[in-house]
Parts: sequence; structure tokens; C-alpha cells
Amino acid sequence: MSWLSGFNGPQTLGSGLGFWSSFAAAVVLLAAAPWLVESYLVNNLAYFLLWTFMALGLSVIWGHAGILSFGQTAFFGLAGYSYGVISINLGDANGLTWVAFSGALLLTALFAALVAYFMFYGGVGNVFVGIVTLSITLVMETFMAQTAGPEWAIGSARLNGFNGMSNMPPLTMPGIVEGGLVLEGNALYWFVLALAVSVYLGLRRLVNSRFGNVLVAIRENPDRAEMLGYDVRLYQLAAFTLGGALAGVSGVLYTTWGSYITPSSMGLTAAALPIIWTAAGGRKDITTTFVATVFLLWLSQTLAVKGAQYALVLMGVILLLVVLLAPDGLVLLASRALARTAAELRRRRT
Amino acid sequence: MLATGIGFAYQFADSFAFLILSSIGLAVIFGMMGVINLAHGEFIMCGAYVTVLSARAGLPLPLAMVLGAAVAGAIGILIEFLVIRRLYSRLFDSIVATWAISVIATQGMLIVVGPSLEGLKTPFGSFELAGLTFSWYRILLPVVALAILASLYLLFVKTPFGVRARATIQKPEMARALGVNTDRVYSLTFGLGAALAGLTGALYAPTMTTVPTMGSAFIVQAFVTVVVGGTDVLLGAAPAATVLAFIQSLLTASNGQLIGQVGLLLTVIVVVRLMPKGISGWMLKGSE
Repeated sequence: MSWLSGFNGPQTLGSGLGFWSSFAAAVVLLAAAPWLVESYLVNNLAYFLLWTFMALGLSVIWGHAGILSFGQTAFFGLAGYSYGVISINLGDANGLTWVAFSGALLLTALFAALVAYFMFYGGVGNVFVGIVTLSITLVMETFMAQTAGPEWAIGSARLNGFNGMSNMPPLTMPGIVEGGLVLEGNALYWFVLALAVSVYLGLRRLVNSRFGNVLVAIRENPDRAEMLGYDVRLYQLAAFTLGGALAGVSGVLYTTWGSYITPSSMGLTAAALPIIWTAAGGRKDITTTFVATVFLLWLSQTLAVKGAQYALVLMGVILLLVVLLAPDGLVLLASRALARTAAELRRRRT
Repeated sequence: MLATGIGFAYQFADSFAFLILSSIGLAVIFGMMGVINLAHGEFIMCGAYVTVLSARAGLPLPLAMVLGAAVAGAIGILIEFLVIRRLYSRLFDSIVATWAISVIATQGMLIVVGPSLEGLKTPFGSFELAGLTFSWYRILLPVVALAILASLYLLFVKTPFGVRARATIQKPEMARALGVNTDRVYSLTFGLGAALAGLTGALYAPTMTTVPTMGSAFIVQAFVTVVVGGTDVLLGAAPAATVLAFIQSLLTASNGQLIGQVGLLLTVIVVVRLMPKGISGWMLKGSE
């Protein structure tokens, strides 16, 4: 298993043969999903998976670096709108949608780095970072919501105010088939899955690398980390930018998935969701965050049949209970309970 | 020229009142306890709903407003007892918990009372000056805001409760050793902050539509004022609101509402870069 050693380390749970074989089984099962379940469910799975990037980014920022960011949706929305504006202007010929994809991510990363520069190099206290990030996303929502008039257009892309932008072209792989392979349906699902698996593995390497260990050192004690010679601000800026860019990946994928993006994706309720997923999963580990995000999205969607409010009230209750009773998150709580029951059963048998 | 000047003064007073009133409950809780209450907007919403519902049931408006503040305060004390108290040693978790409460309150209200409520008429009517129309009620709000600031100052400086509260912020262990019941101080402070938020909702209830999500209309201004006000929140609130209201009304007058809002946010980012401890931190540094 030595070739896996880079993916294991002190900052991630799960390292044994059992963990990695279940991981492989899960990936194979997910990849085979289009042959196993109906296309409606595949579309849903793509939807659940596309949000995990934002949650994983928050896990790095909040769980590993200890930075309280309440405004990940600002980067989500910026990336979604940027993709819309660029792709509507450029069109979808010759893989130009990938220019929109990377342009949106670049813009988002730059914006995140700029915000991070002002916050961390300005010496903003950690509690204030939460307020500033939340204010940014709320102001962006207000801003986009009032862009209804025809004067609010960038090139040929109308911003459309409260109703949001729609009809942007989907991502298209040039050259594979005649006119390019359009990423929708199963193709989009496989793309999102492949990206999610790569980002998950990449983050496992990153958080267990020297960089990741320094982030945790800063979380545990910023002053000590600084005394040891690390430039705390630079590490915080890097972590924040990475987290912002990952929220941007979710934003672009969301926009291509449904071919729309609205200002409310940056609102107060939307901003609470990544916090809920990450906290419920146990923010200090990316695997638990990933699992909890997909599970809670599935749960929300199942409950939303009765009305989105009911699902959101439940999400709020889950967050409250997790904070009060299970600060390590639900996934760890559940797996510990399972382990205890298994041990109990074994004991009884003997 | 005269009309522009009067119009600007009116706009300034209006922004000032909104900034002070929307931030004051948040400022008391943050300044005294270090807890950022993300359910602040929902206490405002609660005050507004109680006011509108009881005024429509026949209660005189001033009494309905007092009731709105009282109900919000009572709920605040209850939440402090059930949730916040358990999280004093985990500051970040207490912030996240108040966000959970915010989501539950907003969405719960949507389920219970539906998306909107028939509002109240703005009282006192309006008058004309130099060709512009002004609302008496909007002129009253800045006066109320200043009165609240003055009473808070008296409360925290001149009363035994204020002395105990300030002792509790400065050195909780020492205050406890000297016989101050710090738990009760925290509980009352949180209740006071919630009641002030409720009062804000009550005061603005006649001027806006009462919807479950109305809290978010206040929350950016509240945050912005608290951040610019800085470490000593009660000292910083008035100068922060003055500076911000000036910038906002200047930009709103020349470029419209939205640019005013964006200007607020940019001011915050610049202030935070130059004075990380806000206006009050800067003022206190001068005095040391």
C-alpha cells in the first residue's frame, strides 16, 4: 500500500486496506450508476456531487486552517455569473466553453485572493472574518438582484436581476464527436464524478503535506506558528484562495447543470448550507465532509417535496444539535456508534 | 441649493438612524459577550411581527412596539439559557449555533405565517419643505436612535447592573470572585440585545413590509457598523454610524441606493485594512 502513503496522514481519517477498498468500491459503484439507476437519479447524483467542491473548500478553510468563512456563496455566485457572462458572449464552438470555465475560476480565485489580502494582511480578527465574508455575499446578492434593467448587460449577456441568468451553453468537449461532446446527462455526471474524485484525492495529499500540516498548526495556535517562522498571513491567504476557487468550481458546475444562476444563490439561506454540511460532517476531515454533504443534499431534496421550508428547518435543527451535542460531526458519531454496536455483538457471541 | 442641503441632511439622518438601530442589539451582545449573534435579523423580524399583529388586534401602536421588544427580549433570554450558555467556551460554535437558530426562525415563520403579512400605515403623515416631502416618522427615528444610545450609556455607566456588566466583560473570573453572578449578567445582556433588536423591528414595522426574511435587510448594515465601530462597540457605534451614514447618503444622492450600499462595503474593507480594531480601537489608542 506504499503507493497510497501520500494520500494518508495525520490530517485525514481512514488509511487501511478496508478504507481504500470501500473507497474503490464506492467509486466503481458511482461510475456504474448510469447503467444501474434511471436517468432522473443520475441527474440528481450529479447535482449532489457538484456541491461537494464548495463543502470540501470550506473544510480546508474552516476545518483545517481555522478561518471562519461564512461567505463561500459569494465565490460560488461570482463563478456562476462569470461562466454565464463569458460563455454567452463567446458561444460554445471549438471548446470555447472551457475558456469560460477557466476564466470564471480564475476571476473567482483572484477575487478570493483580494478579499483574503485585505482581511489577513489587514490583521482582521478571526470573528470579523466571518462577518466580512458574510457581508460580501449579502451585498453581492443585493447587487445582482437589482440588475433587472436592460442597461445591466455585459456584452450580449443580460444579468436579469432577481430572476437570474439562464440559457448559457453547457460545457462542450471539442473533437470527440462531430460538433463536440456536449456535457449533459450522463456525460456531465461522469465529468463531475471524475472531478470530485480527483479533487478529493488531491486535497487528501494537500492536507497531509507540509502545507496542510502548517495550516493545522496555525489553526491550533497562530502565534506559535508565527514564532516558528511561518508567514501565517500567506498560508491563510493560500487556503482562503483555494477554498474560494473550489466554491467557484461548484458555482460553474451548478450553472452548467441547470443552465441558470440566480442572486438568491448568494443569499443568507444559501450561505448557511455549506456551513451546515461541513459542520454536520465534522469539518476537520474531508472524507466526513464529503459524505455528509451528499447525504444532507439527498435528505433535503427528499423532504423538499413537501416544501423547501421544511427541509431548511430540519437543516437548521441538525446544525444546532451538531454544534451542541456532536462537535466532531455526525459521520464520526455514526461510525463510532456502529463500531460500538459491532463490538457489542461480537462480545455477546463469544 | 437649499433643497439639496435639506434633502441631504434628511437622507443622512435617515441612514444614521437605520445604521444605529439595526446594529445596536448586535453591538450590545458582541461588545459585552463577544458573541456574534447571527440570529440578530430574526430578533428584528420577531419584534416587527409582534408589533404588526398586536397593533392590528387593536393595541395602540406605542404599546404594540413595547410588546414587540419585550417578546424578542424574552425569547433572547430563553435562547441564551438553552443554547448560548452551553457554548461560552467555544466562541465560533456559538456563532454557528445562532446561525442555525436564524435558519430555523426564518423558515419556521414561512411555514407558520406564510410569505407576507398586511402591514401598518406609517403614522404622523408628512410635511413639505423647500419643495420636498418629508415623513415626520422618519424624522423621529434618528431622535429615537440617539435616545437609545444615551440610555444605554447611562445604563452601562451609571447603574449597578452596568458596573457589574462591565466588570464581567473585563475580567470574568475577578468579577465572579467579587460576587457578581456572571451567568445572570450574560443572560440579561443577551436578553437586552435581543430586546433592542426587537425594538428596531418594531420601529421599522410601520415603514416596511413584514416578511420572514426581512432580517437580512438589516444585517449587512448591522455588521458594517459593528466592524467599523470596532473593539469597544458602544463607544464606536455613534462615530461609525456618522461616518458610514455620511458616505452612504453622499453616494446615494449622487449615484443611487445600490452604489451607497457598495460604498459601505468598500469603506469597511478599507477601514479594516487601516484600523483593524475599528474606530473605537483607534480612539482608545490615542488616549493611552
